[in-house]
Amino acid sequence: MTAIHSTHIAKPATVSTVMLKVLAALLPGIALSVYCHGVGVLLQLLLASLTALAAEAAMLRLRGVAVLPALKDLSAIVTAWLLALSLPPLGGWWMIVVATLFAIIVAKQLYGGLGNNPFNPAMAGFALMVVSFPAQMAQWGSPQLPLDAAAQWQWIFLHTLPAGSVPDAISSATPLDVLKTGLRQGQALAGLLPQSSAQGLIALGWLAGGLWLWRQKLIPWQTPLAMLAGLLALALPLWLWQPAQYASPLLHLLQGGTLLAAAFIVTDPVSGASTPRGRLIFGFGVGLLTYVIRVFGNFPDGIAFAVLLMNMTVPLLDQYTRPAVFGHRKGRS
Amino acid sequence: MMPLFDFPGGIHPPENKAQSSATPIRQAPLPPQLHVALRQGMGNAARPCVAVGDRVAKGQLIASADGRLSAAVHAPTSGVVTAIAPQPFAHPSGLPELAITLDSDGEERWIERQPLHDWPQRSGAEIRDFLAQMGIVGLGGAVFPSHLKLGVSPLETLVINGAECEPYISCDDRLMRERADAICDGIAVTRHALQARQVLIGIEDNKPQAIAAMQAAAAAHGFGVVAVPTKYPSGGAKQLIRILTGKAIPHGVRATEHGVQCFNVATVYAIGRAVLHGEPLISRIVTLTGAVEAAANVEALIGTPLDQLLALARPHRDSHEVVMGGPLMGFTLPDLAAGLTKAGNCLLVKSPALFPPRPQAQACIRCGDCASACPVSLQPMDLFWFAKAKNFDKAQQWQLFDCIECGACSYVCPSQIPLVDYYRFAKSEIWAAERDKNAANLARQRHEFRQFRLQRDKAEKAQRLADKAAQAAARQAASHSAAANVVPADPKQAAIAAAMARAAAQREAAPLPEQHSSGLNDAKQAAIAAAMARAAARKAAADQAKAASGQPPAPPPTSSGLDDAKQAAIAAAMARAAARKAAADDARANQQPDP
Repeated sequence: MTAIHSTHIAKPATVSTVMLKVLAALLPGIALSVYCHGVGVLLQLLLASLTALAAEAAMLRLRGVAVLPALKDLSAIVTAWLLALSLPPLGGWWMIVVATLFAIIVAKQLYGGLGNNPFNPAMAGFALMVVSFPAQMAQWGSPQLPLDAAAQWQWIFLHTLPAGSVPDAISSATPLDVLKTGLRQGQALAGLLPQSSAQGLIALGWLAGGLWLWRQKLIPWQTPLAMLAGLLALALPLWLWQPAQYASPLLHLLQGGTLLAAAFIVTDPVSGASTPRGRLIFGFGVGLLTYVIRVFGNFPDGIAFAVLLMNMTVPLLDQYTRPAVFGHRKGRS
Repeated sequence: MMPLFDFPGGIHPPENKAQSSATPIRQAPLPPQLHVALRQGMGNAARPCVAVGDRVAKGQLIASADGRLSAAVHAPTSGVVTAIAPQPFAHPSGLPELAITLDSDGEERWIERQPLHDWPQRSGAEIRDFLAQMGIVGLGGAVFPSHLKLGVSPLETLVINGAECEPYISCDDRLMRERADAICDGIAVTRHALQARQVLIGIEDNKPQAIAAMQAAAAAHGFGVVAVPTKYPSGGAKQLIRILTGKAIPHGVRATEHGVQCFNVATVYAIGRAVLHGEPLISRIVTLTGAVEAAANVEALIGTPLDQLLALARPHRDSHEVVMGGPLMGFTLPDLAAGLTKAGNCLLVKSPALFPPRPQAQACIRCGDCASACPVSLQPMDLFWFAKAKNFDKAQQWQLFDCIECGACSYVCPSQIPLVDYYRFAKSEIWAAERDKNAANLARQRHEFRQFRLQRDKAEKAQRLADKAAQAAARQAASHSAAANVVPADPKQAAIAAAMARAAAQREAAPLPEQHSSGLNDAKQAAIAAAMARAAARKAAADQAKAASGQPPAPPPTSSGLDDAKQAAIAAAMARAAARKAAADDARANQQPDP
C-alpha cells in the first residue's frame, strides 16, 4: 500500500528513540547496582546484549525479515538488560545466556517479533530460570563483596574463585528469600530483616529512571501506580494486623525487583494493557499477585509470575475497558 | 467569559501559519483558460446546461445540480465555452472528471445579479432554495452543500467555525482579518434562515488579529466571538461544537438533532455574497504555502489551473509534490493542470528539505500514543491491527466509522505507521463489500421479476383465450335475448381506475426519499405499487371486457391492461433506480453504508 494520503508531517520519534530512552532511564539503577554488587553486573549486561542481538538476528533471518532495521529498534537490548538486571549479578555465564535465548527466541520471535508477543519476554526468561534452576537463582551474592573485578569475572565464566576468597560472598540469598525461609523455620521477623540498604538504594535508581520516563511521556502513570497500590493493598493491612509475622510495606516496596518492575516491566506496552482503565487493572493485578506469590507461594519473588499471569488477561482487559467513543455512551460497542 | 469544554486527545503540531498569514489577500490574475470541474459538491457531478461555443457571462449557471448532494456550477468569468470534456481533477484517485473549459474574454462581464434584498422577510426554505441555485458548498474542505444544512429550524446555537486548526493554512485567518463585516452579514442571513437563538464564532487563540477583527464586527450583531485553545483538530465541526457548547455529537447523528449547526467562516461569507450581492460561488481564497518563496493567500476563480496559481508563490526549485489541503488531512495532487475546485483551501508545496519523507514503518508496539491523541477516543492501534488482518467486522465493532481521519494518530506514531491509510483502506473495502452485496440483491430481484413476468404473461395469454371464448358465447347469447343491462359508464370507470393506478405507481417513483431508507426498501415498495397497479389494470380490463360483451362497437380503451402492466413495470424500474441513487447519495452523505 502506498501512502498517498497519510499525514505529510509526523513527530520525529521512532521506536528506536523510545527504546534508547528506556535504556538511558535504566542507567542510574545500573550505576547503583554496580556500586553495590560490583562490575559483574556490567558483564551480565554485556553477555545478555550480545546473546540477544545474535538470537534476534538469527531468528529474523530464519523468518525472512530484514535483519538490520529490526535490530536497530533496540527492543532486544531492552529485554536483555531487564533480564540481566533481574538475574543474580554473579550467576554463571550460561544462566543469562539461556534466559536471554529463551526470551528472544521463544517468548518474542516465535510469536512474530516485536509487537506480537503476548508475554513479557524478559519475565518469560526469568520464569524459565527460576523454575528450572531455583538453587542457582537464589544465590544473589552479598552486597558488600570482598571480591574484586577479576575474581567476579573468573567466577562468572569459570565458576572458580581465587584462593582465599569466601564462598559465602557468592552464595548468600536475597533478603526476600532469607525472610521467607526464616519465617517458615519459625525465626523472629526482626532478626531476619536485611542488614544493608543496598537493595533500597538500587530501588531508588529505578524510581528515578521511571519518573524520568513518565516525564518524557514514555510510560503512563496508571500501570506503575496501580502495581504499587496492589502490592500495598495486601502488605499494609496484613502488616498492621500482625507486624511480627508480615514484613513492612516499605520492605516490599524496596526489596526484590518491585520498583524495577513498576518502572520498566509492567510498563512494557506490547504485552500490557493499552487502555487507561485496563492499565489500572493490569497493574493492580500484578501488585496483588506479586504479594501473594512472595508471601504465600514457593518462590522468593513473584513479580515474573504475576506479570505473566496478568499478560494473559490483556486481550480481555483491552476489549472490555475500551473508553466510550466520542458522543457514544459508555458500554456501547 | 463563557465556560469552554474540551474534546479528548488532540495534538500540537508546529503551526507554520506565519509564512502565509503575514500579507493581505491578493487577487489572482485572470487566467486565459479555466477548467471548471462539474463535480464541485459531495454528490454527483453537475449536468452542463451550456454547449461548446456558447458565450457565457460571469456568474451564469453553466451546470445544474444533479441530485441532493450535487452543487450548481457557474461561470467564474465571462468568455466562451471551448470544451466539455474530461480534464485532470484535484482528487487523490487521479481519475479525470468532466469539466467545462472556458476561454475568458477578459471583460469580466457579469450576468444581471439578483440579490435577495428582502431576505429578512423570506422564509428559511426560500433562502435554502436560493443558496442551492447559487452553488454554495462548505468551503472548509468537505464541500457539503450548504442549503442541506439549513433544513432544520429553529435552532439553539449556530456555530461559526473560524478555528482553522490545520498547520500552514491561513485563508480563513486572512478572511476574518480583512472581511469581518461581510462575514457577519453572511452569519446574519444564515442565522435568520435557521432561526438560531445564539451565534458563537470559534477562533483558535493563535489568531489574535482575526479574533479582534471579528469581535469588532460581531458586536453590532450580538454574536459571541470565542477564543478557543489551539489544539488540532479543534476545527472539526463536532470538535468545535463540543468546545463551544459541551455537546458531544456521535458519528451518524446530525448536529441539528442537538439543536446546533456549524458553518465555516468562508462559507457564511459566500452565503453573504450570494444573498446580499447576488454573486454565486465562483471564487475562493486559497493559501499558497510550504516550500515556496512567497507564501500568500490569493482570491482565485474556481477553475483556475493550479499550476498557474502556484506560480504566484514561486515554489522552491527542489519542490517535488503539491498537497491540496493541510499537511494532516490533505492529499497529494496527481496533476497540477487541474482547475481549482471549491474544496481547494490550500496548496502546500512539499520539498524533501521541508517535508522529509517518513522513515520506514516499524512494528506497532501498542504504546497507545495514538489512543491518547485520538479526538474521538478510538483505539487506533486495535483498528490498525484489524485493518491489517482484514478483520473488517471487528474493525466496525471497534467503531472504525467514527474515525474522522484527522491524522492525529498517524502524526504521533513512533513506529511511523501511516495509520489513516489503513483506516481508509478498511472503510473502502467495507463499502465495496456492501456494494457487491447490493448488486447481488439487485440481480436476484431482477431474476425473480423475470420469473414472475414469464408466469404472468402465460397466465394473461390463457386469460385472453378464455375471454375470447366467453365473448363468443356472450355474442351468441345476445343475439337471442334483447340488449342486456348495459352500463355505459363502465369503460370510463375502468380508464379512471387505470389512470389512478399509474399515478400511484408514479407517486412512488417521483419524490426522492428524505429519510435514510435503504434502496432495497424503496424498490420493494415500488414493486408492490406496480403489482397493485397491474392488478387494478387487469381488473379494469376484465370489467371492460365484461361491459363490451353487451355493446357491439365498444370504443377502444385508452390503454389495454397489458400496456398498463408494462407502464407500471417501467415506473417500478424508475422508482428502483431513483431509490438506488438516493441510497447512494445517502451513503455518500453519511460516509457509511446502511447496516
